[in-house]
Amino acid sequence: MTPHNVPREGAPANPTAAALQARFGDAIRRVDVVWGETTVYVARERLLEIVRWLHDDPEQQYDYLSDVTAVEYRDPERALEVVWHLRSLPRRRFLRLKVELPRGTALEVESVWPVYRGADWLERECYDMFGIRFTGHPDLRRILMWEQYREGYPLRKDFPLRGRFSRAEQLRQALAANPEARYSMEELSIADAFADLPDEMRQRLKSGARTGE
Amino acid sequence: MATTRRTVDVALATTGLDERGRPVRTPLVTDASGSAIALEEPPMLEPELGGEHMLINIGPQHPATHGVLRLVLELDGETVVRCIPHVGYLHCGFEKIGEYRQYNQIIPWTDREDYLNSIGNNVAFALGAERLFGIEITPRCTVLRVIAAELSRIISHLVWLGTTCIDIGAFTPFLWSFQERENVYKLLESWVGARLTTSATRVGGMAADIPDGWMDGLRAFINNFSKTIDEVDRMLTRNGIWVGRTVGLGTMTAEEAANYGLSGPMLRASGVDYDVRKDFPYLEYETYDFDVPVGTNGDVYDRYLVRMEELRQSVLILRQAADRLPDGPVNTDDHRVVLPPKSKAMSDMESMIHHFKQVMEGPRPPVGETYVAVESPKGEKGYYMVSDGTSKPVRWRIRPPSFVNLSAIPKMVEGHLLSDVIAVNASIDIVMGEIDR
Repeated sequence: MTPHNVPREGAPANPTAAALQARFGDAIRRVDVVWGETTVYVARERLLEIVRWLHDDPEQQYDYLSDVTAVEYRDPERALEVVWHLRSLPRRRFLRLKVELPRGTALEVESVWPVYRGADWLERECYDMFGIRFTGHPDLRRILMWEQYREGYPLRKDFPLRGRFSRAEQLRQALAANPEARYSMEELSIADAFADLPDEMRQRLKSGARTGE
Repeated sequence: MATTRRTVDVALATTGLDERGRPVRTPLVTDASGSAIALEEPPMLEPELGGEHMLINIGPQHPATHGVLRLVLELDGETVVRCIPHVGYLHCGFEKIGEYRQYNQIIPWTDREDYLNSIGNNVAFALGAERLFGIEITPRCTVLRVIAAELSRIISHLVWLGTTCIDIGAFTPFLWSFQERENVYKLLESWVGARLTTSATRVGGMAADIPDGWMDGLRAFINNFSKTIDEVDRMLTRNGIWVGRTVGLGTMTAEEAANYGLSGPMLRASGVDYDVRKDFPYLEYETYDFDVPVGTNGDVYDRYLVRMEELRQSVLILRQAADRLPDGPVNTDDHRVVLPPKSKAMSDMESMIHHFKQVMEGPRPPVGETYVAVESPKGEKGYYMVSDGTSKPVRWRIRPPSFVNLSAIPKMVEGHLLSDVIAVNASIDIVMGEIDR
């Protein structure tokens, strides 16, 4: 991953890039090699198909997903990019895939979760921080921010460093939050046992009142 | 609900590696003929009673969660039916803050994410930034960084060892490992002036060269440390309680482990010999002679064995690095990124311009992007940086190994007992600072 004396431009591309171009033609928009790392820009619609092929093809064997993330540039005209870092452990190759999400289009891209289970939390984080929806993800919820977080997506460039709300408002919301609601009556099967709970507790859960803890 | 049986039917490991670098395994308990005897099975749990499931909440303030991890567990009796982890309690927005900082100003933030591996993170970040700037570091700096990274691996594994022992119920190895850790911190303190938050590297070099006599301290540490590892090894590796609490727990097969994106000891315990230092070498690791320990069962016990062997291999690397440390400058003489000497900045016009530009604007890398991964004690730690030609990155992304490793915890604990959740969680070696960033 850190070859010595690699020029900024003109280093040889990962052979996978040529194989992708031969197989997927127009779906491969562009291939860049910067500092010896190959970046392949692919069409948004065919992402999952391409990733699946990279994973399954015996000549490629990209069996390891290092990272899923996104980049928003300071230029407000420039498209957001979703970035996948893939590795082929048997072949010791490294490949960066990118999908451009132009401004004005829906921030949506296919999830690679069906191919790599490791994409689960990485995609959730990307959704949490950038608001990019990964279609086909089984459980796309916020992960680092709390589920009631209303201020938006923190890593977007239009999100101020200190957050949108004042400190006082942030504190007020934190104090007003209902911790009982986060015991996920919906998400866990204890919901089945709701009828068996003590009367007083049921009332409290229903009303969403705070418990005073 | 099927219960999970924990039997020790495979031959258990001793330390030591065969010629292919895999742990040598000999039976723990043998009968007269020398073949392995299965340890006594724990009594079967009560069969399904058809009762209610119970919901329990571990953390975020619980000593066994190693920080502020919260696990919501649905139990059937004592068996975990479902595990839902919640993270984010320590989220500080490091990546966002990084977009408002110059490259050298980000280095103190890297201390604070995986705070057990702070000097290793400094090294990783500096490597990434140097790739982005396109500069080469000096031979002395390369070796010093290897020493830093390996010392930091030792610290991190020692904390893992100590806390895991506490979680599983052994107290003594905790004291031994924390005593050794203190010795490493003394070394670090005499080198960079700080123990935990080292900020030891700069883009293009190090904050400081090692002081006189430091290498003697390192050699003394290496010699003593091997003895400590052997002591812990004698205490735990063939200890019946330790084996009973760790073997067959939280297993991941090789395919699953790679598919879930696990890395580091978690991945290698499952039998995948992926180590960034070997497969995508940096800092001239390809010139060091060391082995990558690999497990076979992918359970908590194998993770323990892999980490113990990594400690030994780190000592090996440290010894080689100490022998080859060359003389010469630590920082590159590229004054686009490294400040010129103060005396020259006051007398030489060009140096003064460099000094002024660096202090007022900060060094500017060319437009580009890079993903630099290193083998941190937790696994593959990657820094992805995108530059648009200004002195601050457009995007600074941390690829957190323990975040991805932790995401597999539901898979590893479901079907096991509640008490085993603690052992599995400990075996992941999480640092919440890195997970939440």
